[in-house]
Parts: sequence; C-alpha cells; structure tokens
Amino acid sequence: MTTEVLPARLVDFVGALRERGVEVGPGETVDAAAAVGVLGLADRARLREALASTVLRRSGQRGVFDAVFDLYFPMAVGSAESAADRPSDVYELRDALVAALAEGDEARLRALAAAGVEAFGQYGDVGSGGEGANGTGSKRLSGWSAYQTLGEVRPEALLSRVLAAMRAARPGDGDAGLGAALAEREARSRLTAFREHVQAEARRRTAELRGRERIARHAVASQTDLVTFTSATKEQLAAMRRTIQPLSRKLATRLAARRRRARRGQIDLRRTLRRSLATGGVPMRPVLRERRPGRPELVVLCDMSGSVAGFAQFTLLLTQALADQFSKIRSFAFVGLTDEITDLVSAGRDEPEGLATRILSQARVTRWGMSSDYGESLGSFVERFADALGPRTSVLILGDGRTNYGDPNLGALRLIVERARHVYWLNPEGETFWGTGDSAALRYAKVVPMYECRNIRQLSRLVTELLPG
Amino acid sequence: MQDPLFASVDEVVERLAGAGYLASTAVATTVFLADRLGKPLLVEGPAGVGKTELARALATATGSELVRLQCYEGIDESRALYEWNHAKQLLRITAARDEGWQETRDHVFSEEFLLPRPLLTAIRNPDPTVLLIDETDKADVEMEGLLLEVLGDFQVTVPELGTITAARRPFVLLTSNATRELSEALKRRCLFLHLDFPTPELERDIVTMQVPGLDATLAESLVRVVGALRDMDLRKAPSIAESVDWARTLLALGADSLDEQIVESSLGVILKYQSDHRKAAAELRLDQLLDPASP
Repeated sequence: MTTEVLPARLVDFVGALRERGVEVGPGETVDAAAAVGVLGLADRARLREALASTVLRRSGQRGVFDAVFDLYFPMAVGSAESAADRPSDVYELRDALVAALAEGDEARLRALAAAGVEAFGQYGDVGSGGEGANGTGSKRLSGWSAYQTLGEVRPEALLSRVLAAMRAARPGDGDAGLGAALAEREARSRLTAFREHVQAEARRRTAELRGRERIARHAVASQTDLVTFTSATKEQLAAMRRTIQPLSRKLATRLAARRRRARRGQIDLRRTLRRSLATGGVPMRPVLRERRPGRPELVVLCDMSGSVAGFAQFTLLLTQALADQFSKIRSFAFVGLTDEITDLVSAGRDEPEGLATRILSQARVTRWGMSSDYGESLGSFVERFADALGPRTSVLILGDGRTNYGDPNLGALRLIVERARHVYWLNPEGETFWGTGDSAALRYAKVVPMYECRNIRQLSRLVTELLPG
Repeated sequence: MQDPLFASVDEVVERLAGAGYLASTAVATTVFLADRLGKPLLVEGPAGVGKTELARALATATGSELVRLQCYEGIDESRALYEWNHAKQLLRITAARDEGWQETRDHVFSEEFLLPRPLLTAIRNPDPTVLLIDETDKADVEMEGLLLEVLGDFQVTVPELGTITAARRPFVLLTSNATRELSEALKRRCLFLHLDFPTPELERDIVTMQVPGLDATLAESLVRVVGALRDMDLRKAPSIAESVDWARTLLALGADSLDEQIVESSLGVILKYQSDHRKAAAELRLDQLLDPASP
C-alpha cells in the first residue's frame, strides 16, 4: 500500500466501522491518521493497535474492529502461503493441523487455515479473474467459503489425535485428572481459533473478489449489545451471559447514583454545623438529611416459550444479579400456565447455561403442548399468586404477546395493574411487528406501557429508566 | 511542543521492561502514541491486569514524578484541584487585627494559603510528571467536566491568582474499571487502551520476573491452569496479581510441580467465590485424584 491511497483507505475503514455500530467521528479519523503518520506502516500489529487506540471508545468493540481491520488492511493479497509450504491433499493438511494444534503454534494455524481455504473453500468461477472488484455475472455467485473448507477438513474429528499428540509431547500430564482436563480445554480452544482463522481468511479472499464494503456489511458479526435476542445464536447467547456481571454492576451504580442525587429534603442541622467549622462557623454548604427510599419489590413474569426464551432467560439472570437493589424479587414463568421459579433462578446464578431447560422441566408451566397461552397464563397468575402483588411491587412482564389467536385475557392484566404499583411490558419483538398475525401486543399496550426491547443496549436503558430509584 | 519521552516503540518496551513492566505490543504502541501525540491515555480493563502498575512503571522508566489522583464517589474540585486553607486564613486574619482590608485580602489569597491537590500539583511541576487519575469511573459526572477543562489545555484558573499554565505537560494516564460509561467528550480527548489478560507467554514472563525463585516448568503449568480458569466463565476470573500471588504461595509450599492435590488445596488463593471454586474443581477434574495403581 502506498501513502497516497492511505487517507482514502482509512476513510473507507472508518465508514465500515460506523456501519457495524461503532461510532467513529471525524476527530477520531484525524487522530488515526496522525497516529499512522507517527508510527509508519512497517509493522502491522502496531498499526492495528494504533488504530484501535485512536478509533475505539469502549471494550466491546474490539471484535468488530479486528474483523474489519483484517478486511481493510489484509496481511497479504491473493493466496497467503508460498507453494512450497502448501500441503498437497486433505490428509497432509490434517496431519499438519494436528501437529500445529498440539503445539499451539498460532502462526502455523493461521497459515494452515489459509491453505485450507485456498485448497477447498473455492466455489463458483473464481479462478478466471482474481482481481475483479465489484463482481458481475458469475463472479457474484463465486467466492471462498469457510463452511465448505471446514466441511472438508473437519477439524472437530481431529480432537482425539490432537490430544494423543499432546500427551506424547507432555508425558507428565497423565491421561486423567488435571493434566488431561487442561490439555482438552486447550485443544478445544485452539480448534475454535482455527475455525475463526478459516472464517477470517474466507472473508478476506471473498472481499478481494467482490469488494470490501459488501463483505464488511454481511460477514462481520455485530457487537454483542446490539444482537437481537430472538435471533441470537448459541455462541451469541453465551457471549451475552458473560456481560451480565459487568452490566449488573453498571446498572447498580447508576441506580445508586440516582438515589443519591435526590436534592430535596430536610436540613441536617448537626452535620451542617460541623461542616461550617471549616468556613469559620458560617454555614456555607448546608447538608441535607439523607432520604432513605424504601427498596421496591420486583415481580418478573416471563414467557418461556420457544422464540422468546433466550430473552426471558437473560433478563431473569440480570434481575437476579441486581438482587441487592430490591427488597425482594419473585420470578414467574409461563407457557400455558404460570408457576413460580424464584428458587430455580437463584440457584441458576452459579450455572446459568441450562436455566431455560431446568425451568421447563422442573416447573409446571404448561398444561399441554409448548405453544404459549397468554390468557390462561395471566389468569392462573392472578388466581394463584395474587399475594405477590402489593402497593410496593413493580411488575415486569416479558413476552411477545403472541397468543396463538387465543383470548388475551385483558381483565387479568387490568387486575395486575390495579394491585401493583408499576407494571411494564418488555417486548423482544420490533415495534413494527406488534399487532401483526396472532400478536395481541397492541391490545396489551393499551393496558400497560409496552417497550420494545430487542437487544442488551435497549434492555439496560430500560432497566435504569423504569426501575424506581 | 516539548521533547518526546521515547524515540521508538522498541524503546518503550525496553525501558518499561527495565522498570519491571513487560509491555505487550498494544501497551507499548499506545504509550508511544500518547507520548508523541500529547494525548491522555485512558486504560480500561478488568481489575488486576496492571493498569495502575503501568503508570508506576512509566514514572520509573522515564524518571518522572508520579502524581496520583484517586477518584471516589463525591470527589470534587477541592479534592482534585486546589483548596484554600480556611483555618490558616482565619488564623492569619486574627493574628493581624490592625491591618487594612486591602492588605489582608492580598495576603490571605496568596500562594502560602493555597493547598494544591493532585491536578494542580501535576500542572505546576516543572519536572517530568506522570499524572495517574485512578478509577475515573468512580467519580461523578461533574468531575469529568473538570477533567475535560484541565486535560484539554493543561491550565487551571484560580480566580484570586490568575491562570496557571503547565510548565511541562504531564503524561496523563486515566484508568477505569468500566463500572460506568465515561462521557463521550472525555473519551474523545483520550487514546483508548483496553488492557486484557496477557497472552500465556507474556504472563509466564511476568510471573517469573515477579517471583524469581520459581521453576520454569512450574510457571508454565501455572499459567496453563490460570488460562483454563479464565476460559471458564467464572464470577471473578483470576487476575495477573492473583497469578503472582499463587506463584508465591506455591514457592512457599515448596511445590515443584502442579498436581490435583496442590491445585485443590491452594485454589483459594486465586478464586474468591465458593461457587467458582466448585466449578473449577469439577471442570479441572480435581476430584479424580490419581490412583497410582490405575493405568
């Protein structure tokens, strides 16, 4: 890359970041350029860090940044490996892969990923013209596929061979207990790393073929806090769960700060006088008596049926992590019936992975089938657990309000509103879909305030706004 | 523009290592840039990855004075910037009863009665200074406004004395545990460095440097176990400080290799929650104590 194209490349790069939800202003772009000016382009790792430090503003953006960086500042153009180093067939590649995985040789893994994509990832009419930019005709349907490469190389099947090789290299580890457990964890995480290298490589090669912008738009995953709950993959849900602890701390600080900021109240005479000693007995800054707001009680009522279960599970764990902000939290789940799950949720704190499965197997949330019945569920909640509601209770209802064309039972909801202090409905569906098909969301929204809550960012904003401070 | 502290990224690595801090590429590059571009450096990351330590090492490596401002809830101007010494002023006024108003006023608001706090100290210092603003996220939002003003122009206005401009721009390092999002305006003025747990190789080097007597293979297996623990989605992942503590413990216990028993008995040094302890023990299969008879 010559210095003339650099400003343009930098601006494209920043544009791609913005499209992925990373807010980068022109000021940052100028900083990035200044950093490149000071540092030069000689060292790619340093260039990456320099751009990251000038362009990023929070930690969660690094994954997106790295993927986009690899697209715009690729390590190489064309096939990455020299021909001499390239394994000739899949067996040779897999042998080399076993060795590299056992040693944990990062550079070799990346090289093998590149070789694998080169050998097996190609589809469509790639070979004819490698330099094409915005693909026309057949080229639009061609590219490099990580899926196809991984299907051919099948790295998962190598696990036992890798473990054997690791055992041979470290005879001290033993074949049970600690050593084996460590080796297995390492092998698995290296396998994941290899898979990621393959995906990055396939993206890079396809980008060369079809133009970067298109690939950046489609192939780079969004930040965790913008992932939609209802369409999240298993890995994304796991990534979301990892954000619960930091997020709850953040929310707790925010709630506490808001309580403290209450600037009304009676003057605390004793403390005002004491403070006035510093200013020669003149009470320049009066101290207000602290108000001690009663901690509210929280009731979480959530739909655990298929599509919205991920959202409900996340929110349950989050409210659990915020437990010390409330005097009492009770959680209820429903599909076709409502049952209390408070104990299951608090036990789930140590092992959040299988919470939804445990709720479905241990609580009585359905009479038959797995389709949600809002009418029956709200009715059974009011009937059996009305004691959970009181003048200090805030109720959060989580669900998409899709009744499967059943009776929405607005009466039961009105009863809840009458009994509780606040009722809010968080809906993981986009607002445009409310009221479409079997959704009774709009009818429910007439009775209780309903909020769209599709990702973590919206959820954390709602939690701070809605929960009484 | 004053002379930069470092000539190249390699020099940053070298001199920080001399001060006992092994810097990764990310750390070295951003420190170099912060110095060259004259921008404050905002370091964010989990507790115990060496954010504060970096400031200390920087001060040692560059022969600067370290001025530290520890932030906390409710910290204000009078704690961060400067304060008039009211008690002393009152004494002065009572001691000189027959002085005129004009004289007293001029005298009472002079250098002698000013209590400089860290920000002012750092700005007035004519020698090289590293200003560490620790746990910025603990301070209230109002405090950020003050920081913006000070870090933007490196000058402070004391109404009675006039404007004080930095004789020499301090190297500013802000740390944050990300318990609260800092304001965009403040972030925009800083270079951002996310400090995470180091790579296994780097961590091994750190541990061997901090605990000199430690056996190399023991250090290696220790880092492997710590790495596995960090992968586990625990409530509190072990930090570098805890790895070092653990290494010291192992040294004190006289262990020469890590086996299930040693790990099980000393796991408390690195894991601070009972539930984490249980989970780690299960996943590392510590309960399957090796039976010498088994194959």
